Amino acid sequence: MARKKTKRAEIVELTVLKPLDWVDERTAFVRGTKWFLFRNVPRDISWAQTLGFGTLIAFTSQVLTGVILAMYYQPSSGIDPLTGKPAAYTSIEHITNEVTLGWLVRGMHRWGASVFVILMFLHMGRVFLFGAYKYPRELNWIVGVLILLTGMLMGFTGYLLPWDQTAYWATVVGINLNGTAPFAGPWLAQWLAGGPEIGSDALAKWYALHMLLIPGALIALIIVHLYLVARLGVVSPPWSKEGAGRERPARAPSAAARAGLTRAGTEGSD
Amino acid sequence: MWPIGFAIGVAFLLLGLVISWWIALTGAILGVVFGLLWARDVTREVRGDVPQIAPERRTAAALDGPEEPLPAYTRSRFLEASLIGLSAALGGILTLPVLGFMVLPSFTDVEEDEVDLGPLENFPEGEYVIATYLSNPEQGEVSRRTAFVRNNGFAESGLPSFTILYSRCVHLGCPVQPNGPIDENAMTTIGDVELRPVLAQSFGCPCHGGQYNSEGNRTAGPPVRSMDRYRFSIRNNRLIIHDLYAVGNVTGTGANATIHAYPWSVPGTHVDGISAWLYPIVPSQVTS
Repeated sequence: MARKKTKRAEIVELTVLKPLDWVDERTAFVRGTKWFLFRNVPRDISWAQTLGFGTLIAFTSQVLTGVILAMYYQPSSGIDPLTGKPAAYTSIEHITNEVTLGWLVRGMHRWGASVFVILMFLHMGRVFLFGAYKYPRELNWIVGVLILLTGMLMGFTGYLLPWDQTAYWATVVGINLNGTAPFAGPWLAQWLAGGPEIGSDALAKWYALHMLLIPGALIALIIVHLYLVARLGVVSPPWSKEGAGRERPARAPSAAARAGLTRAGTEGSD
Repeated sequence: MWPIGFAIGVAFLLLGLVISWWIALTGAILGVVFGLLWARDVTREVRGDVPQIAPERRTAAALDGPEEPLPAYTRSRFLEASLIGLSAALGGILTLPVLGFMVLPSFTDVEEDEVDLGPLENFPEGEYVIATYLSNPEQGEVSRRTAFVRNNGFAESGLPSFTILYSRCVHLGCPVQPNGPIDENAMTTIGDVELRPVLAQSFGCPCHGGQYNSEGNRTAGPPVRSMDRYRFSIRNNRLIIHDLYAVGNVTGTGANATIHAYPWSVPGTHVDGISAWLYPIVPSQVTS
């Protein structure tokens, strides 16, 4: 039934679908996105399953606000000649009191850090109580625990950066706490402090850890975590009436399979 | 087993760069030997067994017969192995200096100079004075440290006696405060050194409630040993403080005190008893 296309449909096809097809044919990007986003989930999921996404949003907010804060922050313990205070603390004061909306972005980053950690624990509790860590999702639990540890390290390293009395002494306690670990502890403590006590290199080192090394690890772990979620699917709640492991209905081979771009029968059989 | 030996070798090499050159040499030798053994083990499958070539027996009949192909070490296998080897070598060459740059500066050149706290007249007998100073003037205020100095007069031997406590709590390193009023008006400044008399014969830590008596012995709270002390000397009637040492316990008071001294260790760690064995080498003991 060859219906005549409307003008609107023609424009959509020309400006959106054609370029997308062009990209998809060369990269499988559109198919990958569909595979990642348009998944079957149990019909009896609830708001509890959104905690993981909430954590992701909190992390994204931390990344965005952190990048903006890095444009104004100075990781230096040297004394600012104008204020007579350390440059790091002066830049924090500058962000909070003088930069337009700086108080808001810093507040989002500071309180958002707590939100991120709280959401991680709530999400972990949901996974635990729903038994969503069981076969075949054990590895994703392990990756999640690594994300939790890296997230806590973000909090630990970020706490020093305002370079005020609370930040300094809390970090001294944290470093010395690490120092009491048997055998390797004193070495770890001295590396973290940049010497027997916190020295002038420590602040820049912790800044680099906080904004380069640990976030890099965290983002990599999150990608693995999300891939495993997409691959293994969402588990139905323990009270679900639906049987697990239902066979999927058979599908007609896709256009890509017909064109020989994917092997017929393997597409979407995960 | 080989990778473990290789890792131990690398660890010794890095440790040796901090401690002494012969440990570094041992580590380098261990690393090279175990690295080669490891490489040999890993590539065994790629290389295949060494072919057993039968001794040649030249006869006219054999020369005419069809040649048997020798077990070959093919070009692709050779290239594969050399690519893996080259990548590993390049990776090592690139990674080791970067790792060293990341780790070593915290452990080298960390010794702190002696500090001149000024003339002895500023330290009245039997009273504590809070002395703050820059342990490393190049680093500026971040290196400001605090010592509690008490002039004990003269010991039985006739030598002058001082009790000089380091202000950092031996629980987890918070700044211990004297339990008494500080006379800010009587502050004396000698260069970067600031001296403030204080009416106190005990000390307390604000973080977790550790309490110490006038000799730095723990009286309450979580600290695991007595307060750290400075070695000192007197030069031209001026008080000079040197490096820190840890104190297990002090018996007696002032000039008559018996101090159980140990090499300095990080806060929160025991210096005496069985649990001291958990901290065999404290880095600043060997690098300063």
